[in-house]
Amino acid sequence: MKLIFEKSQKGRRAGTLPSYDLPPAEVPEELRRAEQPRLPELAEPEIVRHFTALADRTFGVDTGFYPLGSCTMKHNPRVNERVVALPGFRDLHPLQEEDGAQGALELMWRLQEILAEVCGLHAVSLQPAAGSQGELTGLMLMRAYFADRGEAEQRKVVITADTAHGTNPASVTMAGFQLQKVETDARGNLDLDDLRAKVNEETAGLMLTNPSTLGLFDEHIEEVAEIFHEAGALLYYDGANLNAVCGISRPGDMGFDIVHINLHKTFSQPHGGGGPGGGPVAVRDILEPFLPAPTVTRDGAEFRLDYNRPKSIGKVRGYTGPFGVFVRSYAFIRAYGPELRRMSEVAVLNANYMLSRLKGTYDLPFERLCMHEFVLSARNLKRDHGVNALDVAKRLMDYGFHPPTIYFPLIVPEALMIEPTETEPKETLDAFCDAMEKIAEEAASDPEILKEAPHRRPVRRLDEVKAAKRAIVKYGFDQHPDLRGERAEGEAVEAQKGA
Amino acid sequence: MAADESYPEELRYHREHDWARVEGDTATVGITWYAQDALGELVHFEPPEEGASVAADQSYGEVESVKAVSDLISPLSGEVVEVNQVVVDEPEKVNDDPYGDGWLIKIRLSEPSEAEGLLDVAAYKALLEEQ
Repeated sequence: MKLIFEKSQKGRRAGTLPSYDLPPAEVPEELRRAEQPRLPELAEPEIVRHFTALADRTFGVDTGFYPLGSCTMKHNPRVNERVVALPGFRDLHPLQEEDGAQGALELMWRLQEILAEVCGLHAVSLQPAAGSQGELTGLMLMRAYFADRGEAEQRKVVITADTAHGTNPASVTMAGFQLQKVETDARGNLDLDDLRAKVNEETAGLMLTNPSTLGLFDEHIEEVAEIFHEAGALLYYDGANLNAVCGISRPGDMGFDIVHINLHKTFSQPHGGGGPGGGPVAVRDILEPFLPAPTVTRDGAEFRLDYNRPKSIGKVRGYTGPFGVFVRSYAFIRAYGPELRRMSEVAVLNANYMLSRLKGTYDLPFERLCMHEFVLSARNLKRDHGVNALDVAKRLMDYGFHPPTIYFPLIVPEALMIEPTETEPKETLDAFCDAMEKIAEEAASDPEILKEAPHRRPVRRLDEVKAAKRAIVKYGFDQHPDLRGERAEGEAVEAQKGA
Repeated sequence: MAADESYPEELRYHREHDWARVEGDTATVGITWYAQDALGELVHFEPPEEGASVAADQSYGEVESVKAVSDLISPLSGEVVEVNQVVVDEPEKVNDDPYGDGWLIKIRLSEPSEAEGLLDVAAYKALLEEQ
């Protein structure tokens, strides 16, 4: 497919403006452009076709099944888009005075209350704009808490699981802590002996996803919490997998002190294209004084932004956070009402159904019921037929599915991490399992077809090594002087992309 | 060209899939064939600074492939006396020759006796069997 710049024809226009008959604007010479901006020139139908063709090549949850483990690619109810487009929400200026934004503040306050209840904790900041920012905020709260107790120098180490999302160690390092990893035992739980040997008076806390990235609920979570609390340390719950437990078990009851919630995952939001996301943080009362300012407070019938927070770690995002995300997630949660646990129950049921269908075909590293996702290993296909997890993932694209997460968590060789979510019907789950079984048969009968997959997509197997080493992410105009403007009408130019 | 699977007899191994070639009070360190195979072709090596101190079982740098970024775990403690600049420029050397041109750092050992706690080739192969 050609780039829009390659389709450009000098002088083409998508519309015409009346000719300009006012005196020229007085712009100082040094601020004027020396050259015209380099914009593509096309007629409107060509622009529409160009972007429609690009849209046709994308794959999203609106196109098909998207079981990307740990990403919770659930359906986004369309009613949420109607609600967020209500003029009172849509047109609200972020600097609107409190008196003129009572409805918006009430929605934020109610969302804070709901999230606190879901987490079993006391107070919430809606500010962080993503899970990763929620993690950093949570660890900054941890720091502020220990600094306030005069233990800032002493509490240097944060422990993560060897199955942790990559953001956990990154956040630990960014927040100025040292990282220590704890191993996973044979049942997929944290290894308690390893943990006991590593937790001491230098430990600031634990960062844990529960269920873990293996899709397994830690069977000793209360004991884990006790080990940390007895050492004077805190527990941080990475809410990446909260979709498994809403209304069933609460991180606060498990012993966690800080939780981040991925609104865009658990509580629906178009995501996967880079945002907007939401990563609110919920905390136990002992951490409440340190939350980012402002928080939304209720004073009788009025709602206020509370900036008077002397111990606050400060602001972590402009204004009051990603407001459109709040509206959609609030609408999503209220549509479930007290039945929110049904969401998690069906997510867990769907995952277990698929697990039970596929565990004879692919290796199952931990023989347990799963939560909302599960991890298989393609090591049996690799051993027997030389086909790896990447080949399976690429072949799934030929069958019309988005591949699962692969090669994660790192402790499982040839990992395939599958998360169906609650919004898929049984027919879709079956179709995916059928494809996975078919692929395992193909691995035995015709492994080359897997190694060369995908065959039926707009692009074939990409050279991922070259893409990582020599990523070309902008158009190389300077390498293509023929595209700088003066090009003969109708001259066909199939330029190389970049350099 | 990717190397064939091998685990030289003369090396000592760490359970995080690192090897050490101990010669007097220095050791050359790298990652095993299994590690480079599991990662796939490397695209980046983030080395420590020469002169930095490294501790046994602790991270001293990172390698990155298209699949993952992995911590490099030092099998032994000491001071980094040399970084393999060839691998900094061409990380795929590790895939080509993990025990030769693909070595990563050289360490002047502060606790040479730690080497006795590392795995020999039989013990490391037994560990791989469990994977």
